[in-house]
Amino acid sequence: MASKVIQALYNDDDVLMHAVKKVRAEHHHIEEVYTPFPVHGLDKAMGLADTRIAITSFLYGCLGLTVAIVMMNYIMIEDWPQDIGGKPSFSYLENMPAFVPIMFELTVFFAAHLMVITFYLRSRMWPFKKAENPDKRTTDDHFLMELGVHDNENELADLLWETGAVEVKVTEKES
Amino acid sequence: MYTFSNKLRIGSFIAMGLGVIFLAIGFLSAPSTVEEAKAMVAAHDDGHGGGHAEAAETHGEEQGHGTEAAHGEEHDASHDTHLLHQLQNRPWSALYVAAFFFFMIALGVLAFYAVQRAAQAGWSPLLFRVMEGITAYLVPGGIIVFVILLLSTLHMNHMFVWMDAETVAHDELLQGKAGYLNPTFFLIRAAIFLGGWIFYRQYSRKLSLAQDESDDNSNFVKNFRWSAAFLVFYLISESMMSWDWIMSLDPHWFSTLFGWYVFASMFVSGITVIAMVTVYLKSKGYLEQVNDSHVHDLAKFMFGISIFWTYLWFSQFMLIWYADIPEEVTYYIARFQDYKLPFFGMLVMNFVFPLLVLMNSDYKRVNWFVIMTGIVVLLGHYLDIFNMVMPATVGDQWYIGLPEIGGILFFGGLFVFWVFTALTKAPLQPKRNPFIEESRHFHY
Repeated sequence: MASKVIQALYNDDDVLMHAVKKVRAEHHHIEEVYTPFPVHGLDKAMGLADTRIAITSFLYGCLGLTVAIVMMNYIMIEDWPQDIGGKPSFSYLENMPAFVPIMFELTVFFAAHLMVITFYLRSRMWPFKKAENPDKRTTDDHFLMELGVHDNENELADLLWETGAVEVKVTEKES
Repeated sequence: MYTFSNKLRIGSFIAMGLGVIFLAIGFLSAPSTVEEAKAMVAAHDDGHGGGHAEAAETHGEEQGHGTEAAHGEEHDASHDTHLLHQLQNRPWSALYVAAFFFFMIALGVLAFYAVQRAAQAGWSPLLFRVMEGITAYLVPGGIIVFVILLLSTLHMNHMFVWMDAETVAHDELLQGKAGYLNPTFFLIRAAIFLGGWIFYRQYSRKLSLAQDESDDNSNFVKNFRWSAAFLVFYLISESMMSWDWIMSLDPHWFSTLFGWYVFASMFVSGITVIAMVTVYLKSKGYLEQVNDSHVHDLAKFMFGISIFWTYLWFSQFMLIWYADIPEEVTYYIARFQDYKLPFFGMLVMNFVFPLLVLMNSDYKRVNWFVIMTGIVVLLGHYLDIFNMVMPATVGDQWYIGLPEIGGILFFGGLFVFWVFTALTKAPLQPKRNPFIEESRHFHY
């Protein structure tokens, strides 16, 4: 279904921040903001919910730690015990210090990689995906704020011009 | 201006008084003859079976008595004197561990402060007066540690075996190290280290106060230069200090990253104390400008440096465990056999606990949470110093009893008294630090 949206372009992040705060103060819902670089504090100004990616990161770390423990137990103790440096691999616990670097590395590896993949999926970014970016200039030096229009086109346009937008346009958007 | 609350002052005096009494009991109940020492251990051993004999052998070797042990009949006699020395060392070691621990906190804070100055950090200037207050303890704390070391060289105790000429005469390894490990040079080095640290502390404090009254930033710039120079001096002298004051308790053993390991311990303890004093002052209505983001940052440092400490602890342990060289593993065997609880308990308190508790970003902003974690981390790092000193000085005759608790109470009381007195001497918020605006608006 196509929906009508209004898009305002800004050329300064400070102006954008004030605009976002003002639009929110007027109780309009901001659909999305496109910026060429991360703007500090924009998520809070837009009222976005806190990210839960840290929780997934913790769980992935636990998974990595478990994989490392089980893997080293299988490889070094059960499947093919060796005597390295006079320390025969008969007991997991007694050989454990040698496995700590592996536990650490796999914890970090799992946490980091799976977190990045989760982030991409959650942001709906996957290979061959068509860019959602409505205006090429937001990858260079412009900031774009997008609001849904519900029969209040003129009122919104006036408000956005007032907040210091350099361009305001109304378009249809596929969703 | 901060005024020292009466309750806290009286509390610190009570702690010091109790500490002195406990320490005195510890010193008075130490045996003075071999017979007394044997009687004490016999009474103790009734409950513990024969665990002592086995462990004593390990210690004999570790402390450089190994060569004497080969002499057959002298064997028993040397063990008995050894036992006497261990029991006599106990109150001294308790005193030394506590004195060093609180001194180390002040030194760790001084390093953190110098890092903030040298990096020209924008978030921390609001906390500078708190840090300067804590580093004030460097003067009495350093002097006390120096006096203990001086008394050791005068043979008031047997903590440092290499100070005993008789032991060195029978020990090739110690003769080889005598050019560095001899009482005179030892004291000269200690005086240089302490002199350098105390000089920087006093001078930086003077510049910090002068900056408030001046109308340009020259004092600030000077402080920046001195802090950078101090860090170079500190990193070298701190490392050597840890070899001298702690590692030389086991003069046969050495670890190349010992200096870093002690540094991590003092750094995390220092940062923890900054966080605790800050939260305390805030709870009393001072430091209005300090917000949750400052506490959050300090808690992040507590979390990060705790993990750094564990990294160093494990690196030191794993290399020695893997190589399995007899000269090196005795250090850990003594700790595994006789110090199981403090040794592994410290790992839980210094690593597992802060890791799990401080991982969540929101918890680092909850002030009482930071205080509770801080108490555990401080106790854990006291145990860390305990584990570094005690196995060499008292062997398996350790116990956390009156002298140990007395040491903590006395130096804890002195620390609180000195630090909070120093905090009353200047306004808690610097006026003219060029970064003070940035610090006030600090928001993560």
